[in-house]
Amino acid sequence: MAAAFFFYLFSALATASAVMVISSRNPVHSVLFLILCFFNAAGLFILLGAEFLAMILVVVYVGAVAVLFLFVVMMLDVDFTELRQGMLNYMPVGGTIGLIVLLELALVAGSWIIDPGSLKSAASPMPTDVTNTEALGRILYTDYIYYFQAAGLVLLVAMIGAIVLTLRHKQGIKRQVIADQVARGPATAIEIRKVKPGQGI
Amino acid sequence: MQFLQHAQAMVALPEMVLAGLAMALLMFGVFRRDDANDAVTIGALVALAAAAVLVMTGSDGKGFGEAFINDSFARVMKLFTLFGSAVAVVLSVHFLKREKSARFEYPVLVLLATTGMMMMISANSLIALYMGLELQSLALYVVAAFNRDSARSSEAGLKYFVLGALSSGMLLYGASLIYGFTGTVSFTGIAQAIATNGAGIGVIFGIVFVIAGLAFKVSAVPFHMWTPDVYEGAPTPITAFFASAPKLAAMALFTRVMMQPFAAATAEWQQVLVFISIASMALGAFAAIGQTNIKRLLAYSSIGHMGYVLLGLAAGTLEGVRGVAIYMMIYLITTLGSFACVIAMRRQGRQVEEIADLAGLARTDRGLAFVLAMLMFSLAGIPPLAGFFAKLFIFLAAVKTGLFILAIIGVVTSVVGAYYYLRIVKLMYFDEPAEAFDPMDGEVKLVAYAAGAFTLLFVLIANPLLNLALTAAQAFAAP
Repeated sequence: MAAAFFFYLFSALATASAVMVISSRNPVHSVLFLILCFFNAAGLFILLGAEFLAMILVVVYVGAVAVLFLFVVMMLDVDFTELRQGMLNYMPVGGTIGLIVLLELALVAGSWIIDPGSLKSAASPMPTDVTNTEALGRILYTDYIYYFQAAGLVLLVAMIGAIVLTLRHKQGIKRQVIADQVARGPATAIEIRKVKPGQGI
Repeated sequence: MQFLQHAQAMVALPEMVLAGLAMALLMFGVFRRDDANDAVTIGALVALAAAAVLVMTGSDGKGFGEAFINDSFARVMKLFTLFGSAVAVVLSVHFLKREKSARFEYPVLVLLATTGMMMMISANSLIALYMGLELQSLALYVVAAFNRDSARSSEAGLKYFVLGALSSGMLLYGASLIYGFTGTVSFTGIAQAIATNGAGIGVIFGIVFVIAGLAFKVSAVPFHMWTPDVYEGAPTPITAFFASAPKLAAMALFTRVMMQPFAAATAEWQQVLVFISIASMALGAFAAIGQTNIKRLLAYSSIGHMGYVLLGLAAGTLEGVRGVAIYMMIYLITTLGSFACVIAMRRQGRQVEEIADLAGLARTDRGLAFVLAMLMFSLAGIPPLAGFFAKLFIFLAAVKTGLFILAIIGVVTSVVGAYYYLRIVKLMYFDEPAEAFDPMDGEVKLVAYAAGAFTLLFVLIANPLLNLALTAAQAFAAP
């Protein structure tokens, strides 16, 4: 009963906020509704028992992607009202594609109902005694350590590449060096001069 | 540490040491205030040498739950990959400084790319294959655009990146099909699944897509489009690197994928490889004729050479694999020598790349002209130079498996190809001399002359190398 209640709550909120993403006038509001939509989707994942996916959704999509969107929306001067002008013209095409995706999803779900055995033929059976975060953790750093480390190296190369190709050390820029500021004492900072009366320095 | 023992991580010791040293050198370069370029370059050479020693003394076997394999084939190929990378680093020392693009990241990226290549050579599962390939490719995309102030270099990097991403996509699609239809990513498991159930239409689809992805990496027709532009745009020592070690590693991976997991489907993939091989040989021979830029010419030449190597692989026998190994060794050294000669083409402090600039070189620099002539003769496959023996073993393997037409096409295209190699020799020896080149840097001279001596004296040292190739090929012998 409670599960059904939460399911309808989360899905209704997710749908409503998804509609708001494309219909709200202010793009910042759109991004905030997108974040709300992600949170509701994460809630649905938890209801399914996939708490790892829920966490990843919040961490990656809300924590990184949506914040990136927010930055882009706020930093770049994109005229969203102009972008939205032809919306009614594109409605039939967009609607058709949406309908096709809906039908395909229905087909996927339908095949589970017609042949419930197809769920069980997955290559790796669902672990029953542990949570799925623990199940992933058990193999990620043991059986899959090689792939995990290799992926880490790939990301390191991506980082080096981004820095090598874009970072330029500009000459003639004053930078704050805190160590220099801290190391500055009276001996280096103050100069005592005798000033003769009636004259400047 | 216990789980590392459990995973038999020691088989990957050279890779771990290389990656660790690369990261250490990266930290050294970042935190050293003044110019760390020379120190990091020397460190990179030491790291490559250390990895080579570890490869030679390491043990055979599988590690990380069958993801990683070390056998005689992997060891031989890794040694040559390390050698190629080291020579590429040596060649770049003065060149990048002159071009004002010497930064310590270059040796570090070469080390990481080499780690990726070694992972490719030792890959024993589809995921390991992809990880190694991506590590290598990503580092190569970056070094292609290394001279970021040059529009051509940036274009080369971008083009390589976009097309490389496309090919990775095809490879992954093929890998997912193979995983879906065989139920495993392990090469051993795939081989068993195909041997027991036969290669169904899904598996064959997957194999074709994997071949497409790998053909891109070795720049075989019809996935060669990036090669001339990237070769031309990238700084010359980096082009030398592209043409040598990564090609060898990708071809080694190609050989392993064809000979191990898909061994039972030889009849199916043979047709694909025969087509790719013929197309590459023909395009390499005919498209190079009209080129005026020597780097573009060498790019088409390398496409043609990949066609010959794939001809050996298409044979699908141990002899074919031996031919592939010999060809890649000789190709690696000859290509490095040729690019060393291209690096030596410098007038009044500026690099020149036109073939016409070589006119009359025999009268201005006798030694360089002789070395380049030997390398060109070798690439053309004229006896008794090294390139002749490379082609000989390939054609022998093809003829023994009954691929007569393929062998004949190979001989015909190599005669066509001889035209443009000999044109360079003619230009150097019989045309009116142009202005002399600037004196060569010591290391470039060393590489060029050593490669020239290798091609000339190959007959004398052929036996150990042939035996090495034979032991490498034995790794694929049926147990």
